[in-house]
Amino acid sequence: MRVLVLGAAAGHLALPRIDYYSVLPELVLLGGALVMLAVSSLMRRDLRSSVTTGLAISAGLASLSLSLLQWFQVSGRGGNPHVTIAGAVVQDGFSALVSVLVSCAVVLSALVMDGWTRREEVMGPELQILMLVSASGAMIMGSANDLVVVFLGLEIMSIALYVLAALNPCREESGEASLKYFVLGAFSSAVFAYGIALVYGATGTTNLPQIADYLARNVLLHDGLLLAGLAFLLVGFGFKVAAVPFHLWTPDVYQGAPSPVTGFMAAIAKAGGFAALLRVFVSSFGLLRSDWQPAVWVMAAITLVLGAVLALVQSDIKRMLAYSSISHAGFVLLGLQAATARGVESSLYYLFVYTFMVIGSFAVVTVIGGRGDRSHDLARYRGLAATHPLLAGSLAVLLMAQAGIPFTTGFLAKLEVISASVGAGSTALAVVAMVSAAIATFFYLRVILFMYTPTGSVLLPAPVGVSTPGSVSGDEGAPLPVGAGTAREELADPFAGGVFAGDLSAGASPASAQGVGGCDVQPAPDTRGDGFGDESDALGGEREVADNAESYPADDDDLFLTGGIASAIALCVAVTVLFGVWPAPVLDFAHRAALLFLPH
Amino acid sequence: MTHDSVFPFLTVLVLLPAGAAVVAALVPRNLSERTARLVVSGVGLAGTLATLALAITITVSYQAAGGGYRLVSRHEWASSLGISWHLGVDGISLFLILMAAVLFPLALVSSRVHHQRRAYVAWVLLLEAGCMGSFVALDLVLFFLFFELTLVPVYFVVAGWGFVRRGYAAIKFFVYTFLGSAFLLVGIVALAFIHEHQTGRLTFDLVDLTATHLGLASQVLLFLAFTASFAVKVPIFPFHTWSPDAYAEAPVAGSVILAGVMAKMGTYGIVRFDLTLFPRAVVDLAPLLLTLGVIGIIYGAVVAAATRDLKRLVAYSSLAQLGFIVLGTFALSTQGLSGSVLQMVNHGLIVAVLFIVIGFIYERRGTWQTSELRGLQRGAPVLAAVFTVGMMASIGLPGLNGFVGELLILLGTFLTHRWWAVVATAGVVLAAIYLLWAYQQAFHHEPDPQSPTTRDLSWREGLVVAPLVVIIFFLGIYPKPVLDRITPSVNLLIHRVETATSTHQPSVATGGSHPGTPVRVQVGGSP
Repeated sequence: MRVLVLGAAAGHLALPRIDYYSVLPELVLLGGALVMLAVSSLMRRDLRSSVTTGLAISAGLASLSLSLLQWFQVSGRGGNPHVTIAGAVVQDGFSALVSVLVSCAVVLSALVMDGWTRREEVMGPELQILMLVSASGAMIMGSANDLVVVFLGLEIMSIALYVLAALNPCREESGEASLKYFVLGAFSSAVFAYGIALVYGATGTTNLPQIADYLARNVLLHDGLLLAGLAFLLVGFGFKVAAVPFHLWTPDVYQGAPSPVTGFMAAIAKAGGFAALLRVFVSSFGLLRSDWQPAVWVMAAITLVLGAVLALVQSDIKRMLAYSSISHAGFVLLGLQAATARGVESSLYYLFVYTFMVIGSFAVVTVIGGRGDRSHDLARYRGLAATHPLLAGSLAVLLMAQAGIPFTTGFLAKLEVISASVGAGSTALAVVAMVSAAIATFFYLRVILFMYTPTGSVLLPAPVGVSTPGSVSGDEGAPLPVGAGTAREELADPFAGGVFAGDLSAGASPASAQGVGGCDVQPAPDTRGDGFGDESDALGGEREVADNAESYPADDDDLFLTGGIASAIALCVAVTVLFGVWPAPVLDFAHRAALLFLPH
Repeated sequence: MTHDSVFPFLTVLVLLPAGAAVVAALVPRNLSERTARLVVSGVGLAGTLATLALAITITVSYQAAGGGYRLVSRHEWASSLGISWHLGVDGISLFLILMAAVLFPLALVSSRVHHQRRAYVAWVLLLEAGCMGSFVALDLVLFFLFFELTLVPVYFVVAGWGFVRRGYAAIKFFVYTFLGSAFLLVGIVALAFIHEHQTGRLTFDLVDLTATHLGLASQVLLFLAFTASFAVKVPIFPFHTWSPDAYAEAPVAGSVILAGVMAKMGTYGIVRFDLTLFPRAVVDLAPLLLTLGVIGIIYGAVVAAATRDLKRLVAYSSLAQLGFIVLGTFALSTQGLSGSVLQMVNHGLIVAVLFIVIGFIYERRGTWQTSELRGLQRGAPVLAAVFTVGMMASIGLPGLNGFVGELLILLGTFLTHRWWAVVATAGVVLAAIYLLWAYQQAFHHEPDPQSPTTRDLSWREGLVVAPLVVIIFFLGIYPKPVLDRITPSVNLLIHRVETATSTHQPSVATGGSHPGTPVRVQVGGSP
C-alpha cells in the first residue's frame, strides 16, 4: 500500500501491469495462509486441526489444479514462455512442473502435519500457515525470471522454514536446529545477494533472459566479476539444496526439526533451490557452461560420495535420511552438470519423484517417532514388520525406491540422470554416482533388515504352525509380501537377536538377547490389532530411551497413526510404484517441461 | 515389431510367476493355519508348475535352425527413454529357462519353511519372474531391470529364512552385486549414447545396438564395465567373496536358486551381451578372463578341499565349476561355448541336487560338519546314493551330465588356448579328490552314534530329487537333443565374433566348417 502511495506521489514510478492469473497458484497458497491467519486470530478458541488441515489441503489442491491448467495452457501455446509482471515472472513448462510438484508436496505434508499436531496436541494453525507460505516461496523460485525475484522466493521459502524447524515445543533440539538453520541460511542468503550484485555489476541487469542476451551479444574480456558473481550464486544455491561442502547444517536441522517438517523441507527446499539453480545456470549462464561445469562436477562428485559414506555411520534415521538427501542432491546435480535439455529433464524428473519418496519416508518416520517425536534411533525399527506390516512395507518400498531398485520411480530417476550425464560426456561422474548409489543401498537395506528382523530360522526347526493363535494380524493387501505375526517366534530364536546386535547395533546387544519383545527401545506391542495404532500399553514404561533421559508417557508404545498420515504414505507409495512400472506419464511431463524451457 | 507367434509365450513366462507372487501375497490372513498353508503352497506349486509347463512348451516348439531369436515380442515401454519390452529366446537361453523352470518348483518343495510361508512363496515366485525376465530380455535396460529385481527377493529370502549369519550374508550379497551393477548401468547407457550419436536414435535394444560401430578402446572399456557386473554375479575369482557366505547362509531354496539359476545370469550375460556387443574386446581380453577362470577352478578346488563344512564345500566347488564355464566361453570356439552353455544347465542341476540333499541332511542332523556326520550311509543309503550321483556328476564321471559339458569345454579350450586347458584339467582331478574326501568323511568311516538311526529319504523327498537325477543321467547319456538346439545359436555367435575380429577357430572345433585354417590366424586389419 505504501509503495502504491509513494509511487503515486513521486509520479514517475511506473507500476507494471500485473497478470494475476500467471501467479495464481502462488496467490492461492498465500491466500490460504492469510485466511487461516485471519480466522485463527478472530476466533476465540484455537482452530481445530481438521479445519486448518482442510484449508491447507484445499489450498494445495486448488493450486495443483491451477498449475495443471497452466501446464495445459503452456503446452497448448506450443511452449512459448509467457513473461509477465515487467519480466519478473515467467510462465512456462518448467514453472508449471515446479508448481505441480510444490502443490503435491503441500497436500501430502498437510496430511502428515495433521497427524503430527494431533499426536503432539499442538494447538493452532502455525504449522500449516508457515508451510503454505514456504511453499509459495518455492513456487516463486520456480517461476522467477529475475535474480531479484529468485532471491525473494528464496527468502519467503527459507524464513518460513526457519520457523517451521523450531516448531516442536517439547524438544530443545528443535530450537537449536532452527537457529543453526537460520544463521547459516541467512549467511548463504547474504552470499547469494552479493552474487546478484556482482552479476548485476558485470552485466547491468538482473533479468535472466537479458543476462543471457547480454552474454550472447558481448564477449567479456575481463569476466572475473561475472565469474565471482556466478560462484557466489552457486554457493548460495549450494546451501539451499544441501550440496557438499555447504551441507553442514543439514543433518542437525533434519534431525531437530519436527519430522513432517523435515520431509516437507527436504522436498521443498530442494525443489525450489534446484528449480532456480537450473534456470539461472542452464538458461542464463548457459554460454558460460565451460566455466561452471567443472565446479559443478566436483561439487556433484563429493556430494554423492560424502552423502552416501556419512549416511553409513548414522544410527539416527533422520540423520541418515539427511545424509541420503545430500546424496540425492548430488544426483540432481548430475543433471545440472550435463547442462543439456536432457539434463534439465532428468533433474526435474528426479526432483518430482524424490518429493514423493522423501515425504513418504518422513511420514513413516513421524509415526514411528512416537509422542514427542524423538524416538528416531534405528533400533526402534527392529521388528517393525511383525507389529506393523503395512507401515514397514511402505517404508521398505520407499527406501528401496531411494536406493534405486527397478520398477520404482527411483530407478528411473537414476537412469535419467545417468543418461544425461553420459550423454553430455561426463561418464566418470556417472560412474561415481552409481558407485555411491551402491554404497547407499547398504544403509537403506540396514533399515529394512532391522524392520524385517528375521525370525524363526530353519536353524531351530520349530514345530509346524508355531505361531500362536491370534498372532496373525489382519493386514490384508500388504504391499510387501512379508507378513506379520512373528515376534513370538523371535523369542524362541536366540540367534537372531545376537546376530543383529553383533552386526548392526552393538548398543542393543544385552536387550536383544531376550528377543524383540524385551528389547530396549523396541515398541513392539504385544497385542496385534489391525496393524496400525493398536491400543496397547502392555510394555509401556519398561523401556529406556536411547539417548534421552526423559521418560515417556506409558502409552508411547502405541503408534499414533491417523487416516491422514496413512493416506499420505499410501499416496507416496502408490506414486512411487505406479510410475515406476508405468513410467510414461511422468517421464513425458518432465521431458516436455524441459523442452518447453529450453528453446532450440 | 515382429511377432512370430500368436501367443506371447515369453511375456506370459515372465508375468505368470509375478502374478502368482501377488496372489500368494494376497492370500487372506484370516484363514486357519492349515488352510492358509495349503492355499499358499498350492499357489506356489501351481505358479511354478504352470511356468514349467510353459517352458516345456517353448522348448518343444523351438525351431533351432538358423539360431536366431524366436518367439520375439516387442512393445514400447518408456519411449522417451528408448526402453522397449523386447523379449526373445534362442538356443543359448532356451535351456537356461527350462532349467530354471525345473529348479523353482523343486526348490520350493524341498525347503521346509516354518513361518511366514505366504511371504516366502511370494518372494520365491517373484524371484522366478526376475530370473525368467533376465534370460529372455533383449533390451539392455529391461535386462538390467530384471537382473537387479532379482536382488530384492534373494535379499529377503536370505535375510528372512537363512541361517545364523543371514543378515550379514544378505547385505553383503546385495551390496556387492549392486556395486557391480553400477558399472553395468553406466556401460549400458554409454553404449546407447554412442549408438544415438551414430544413428540419432536413443535405443537400448540389443539387436539395434549390435550394429553400433565401436573403436577398440571403447569396446574394452564397455566390456570391462559389463563384465565387472557379470563377474560379481557369476562369481568369477576375485569377485567371489560374497558367494560362500550367501550360499551357506541361505535357506535350501535360496542356495539352489543362487547357485543354480542366478549364477547363470552372470555367465549368460557374458555370452549374450559381451560376446555379441564387444567381440574385439572379447578376443583381446580373453586371456585375462581365461586366466581368472583357471584361477577360480584351482582356488575353488583348493579351498573346497580344506573345508569341513558340506555346504561351504559345495559353494566352493561351485566356484570351480563356474570357472570351467568361463573358460569355455572365452575359448571362443564352438565346442567350448556349446560346452559352456550346456554346463550352465548341468551345473544348475548338479548343484541343486547337492544343496537339496545337504538340506535334507541338515533337517535330520542339524549340522553340515563332515566330522559330525560320520557314517551317514549306514542309516540313509538312498540319501547317500543320491548325493553320490550329484557328486559324481560334479566330478565329471562319464555317463553323467557333468562329463559332457566339461569334456566339450576342455576340448574347445585346448584347440584355441592350449595351456589354460592343461592347467584346468588339474581342476577335474582336484574335484575328484576333495569331493571323495568329503564323501568319505561324511558318509563312510566309523558311524557317529546318531548315524545308524538317521532317517532315509521319505517318498516325498525322493520325489523332489528324482527328476533331477533322471535329467542328470539323461543328459549324460544322450545330450544330443540339447546340443542340437544350442549349437546353431552358438555358431551364429562365434561367427559374429570371427567376422568382427577376423579370427578363426580351428576347423576341428566345428567339424570342418572352416577348412584350411588349422590354427587361430590373425588376418590383421580392423573392420
